[in-house]
Amino acid sequence: MNEESTNRIEESPKEITRRNFFLKLSLSLAGLGAAAAAVPVVSALIAPLLEKKNQVWRGVGKVNQFQEGTTTLVRFTNADPKPYAGTTAESAAWLRRNEKNDFIAFAANCTHLGCPVRWEKDAHLFMCPCHGGVYYANGTVAAGPPPFPLTKYQVRVVNNEVEIKTAPIPITHIGSKSV
Amino acid sequence: MKKTIKKIWNWIDDRIGISQNILPILRHPVPPKAKWSYVFGTAVLFSFVLQVVTGIGLSLLYQPSSKDAYESLLFITNKAKFGNLLRGIHYFGASAMIIFVGIHMIRVYITASYKFPREMNWISGVFLLLCTIFMGFTGQLLRWDSNGVWSSVVAAEQLGRTPFIGKYLARFLLGGDTIGGQSLSRFYSYHVFIVPAMIFLFVGLHLYLVIQNGISEPTKAGRLVDPKTYRAWYKNLLKEKGVPFWPNAAWRDTMFSAILIICIVVVAFIFGPPALSGKPDPAVLHTSPTPDWYMVPFFALFALMPHKIESIVMLLGPVLTVVILFSIPFISNRGERSPLKRPWAVYGVICVTIFAISLLVIGLKAPWSPHFNTKPVPLSAIKSQNPDSTIIQGVHLFYSKGCNYCHKINDYGGIDGPNLTTIGNRLSIQELTVRIVNGGKNMPSYGGILTKDELNNIVAFLKSQD
Repeated sequence: MNEESTNRIEESPKEITRRNFFLKLSLSLAGLGAAAAAVPVVSALIAPLLEKKNQVWRGVGKVNQFQEGTTTLVRFTNADPKPYAGTTAESAAWLRRNEKNDFIAFAANCTHLGCPVRWEKDAHLFMCPCHGGVYYANGTVAAGPPPFPLTKYQVRVVNNEVEIKTAPIPITHIGSKSV
Repeated sequence: MKKTIKKIWNWIDDRIGISQNILPILRHPVPPKAKWSYVFGTAVLFSFVLQVVTGIGLSLLYQPSSKDAYESLLFITNKAKFGNLLRGIHYFGASAMIIFVGIHMIRVYITASYKFPREMNWISGVFLLLCTIFMGFTGQLLRWDSNGVWSSVVAAEQLGRTPFIGKYLARFLLGGDTIGGQSLSRFYSYHVFIVPAMIFLFVGLHLYLVIQNGISEPTKAGRLVDPKTYRAWYKNLLKEKGVPFWPNAAWRDTMFSAILIICIVVVAFIFGPPALSGKPDPAVLHTSPTPDWYMVPFFALFALMPHKIESIVMLLGPVLTVVILFSIPFISNRGERSPLKRPWAVYGVICVTIFAISLLVIGLKAPWSPHFNTKPVPLSAIKSQNPDSTIIQGVHLFYSKGCNYCHKINDYGGIDGPNLTTIGNRLSIQELTVRIVNGGKNMPSYGGILTKDELNNIVAFLKSQD
């Protein structure tokens, strides 16, 4: 093709349409390819938002393992642990037996910023190591920054076995009320 | 021999085009007198490269799985040859990167180098700042000790304060309802792939812009930036007085960064990496999550601000900060650049720096936290010479009831509450009783907790401290 004919082709509106067509086609295909590859990647990224998790009841011990008027640390397996979760497959709760079958299970997370509260059994207080939050034995705020009482898990007694219902890590947010 | 090497080099140079394309960039002219205040950006870049290299080293030894990560950290720290040093360099490298990002940013701000035509240099820099902070935070989680696990919970709680979507953000961060197998995999991906890829991208853009717009010339009071004439003036400056970046200016960057890296390695060798806290077991609750030093100011802020406003601050604080940072070059992109003529800019930087350092200092002391590991007051340290049984009981109760965690007597106890060494002088028996029974703003009311005898014993002990 000599120079003259090249120029002639570029000037022809019909040939430009043809080139345009291929340009657009190639860009569209590239976009389609990228989108197709992106679907599983984005899905992996937002997986936590797509999963629907059912909460389950987990046994934490026989009723008479817990003395009346005491608060004990119990641990239970989360709703749907991954096989490679190791110790992080479990959560902890502070289980208080008031009397007979009357149990309360407190989440171990401070309602201020989620740090682990510890039960000081002689002082009868829950204390948070982070910003000085303190709670009474019934979970109400005794001192410090926590905006709400300790969150509670659902708890029940079935066949003399104490069971706790798994739940997401309690998240305090604006306008939220304690469960 | 020499001839052969020269021949080989010429062939490589011809095919790659080093002399043709790369050297002119290295030798691009820069304004004269750009001296030691211009080395901080390179210091950040070299710390980043150090992080990439030591990060690759760590990845050869690390297990990114919730189950095994902690064990592999123990292996790196205690068993692997130079593993402890490797962790140390990565830790102090991160610290250096954060410090020099801050210094670089302060330098650019007080000399107003973000003004025309370098607005995009600033904006890409803000993205890099955010990436760096995120890297610092996720890096701390990858240690996957109790600190790492609980820090991720704390972060989820902060995200959770966002209205409407907070719950979803928290879930997104943790990878599920709770900490679990999925959490560490995600933090690993963020820290090792996603954010580093973004950093490479923005560093590329940042450096490209340095070439495109040139480095800002040293300031001179009274010499104003006028977007209409600046480019031509700058071009002329380079033509008349410019010096080649390599080697005239670059030797300072090279020397400073080299000394920095040597210092990091030496410091890492002497001090080693931060110790691992306990196992990543969500059921081990006797642990005190403390973030790495660069996160401590935020931690301190949450302890100190009025708790009524903290949900709003947690949300608006970061949003406003980012908005302000991005809008700085648009608020004023012309005019005076010299810090001598911009006293308010200098004043602002000093205020922010003092604020951050004060929060860091008080955050490291954490006076608001109960001191769980305090020792009980020994009888030899109390005022009473011949304590009777009520006072002795009181001393024991003072510890077992948790008073000691927050109140100091002589050298024993926490500093959250007032020092009670001489409380017997200040309060009567009646006043002491009322305080203990009713509590106060930051003190639980012990009325429902203590028996009458226990209360009397503690009061007797405190009254004897006169």
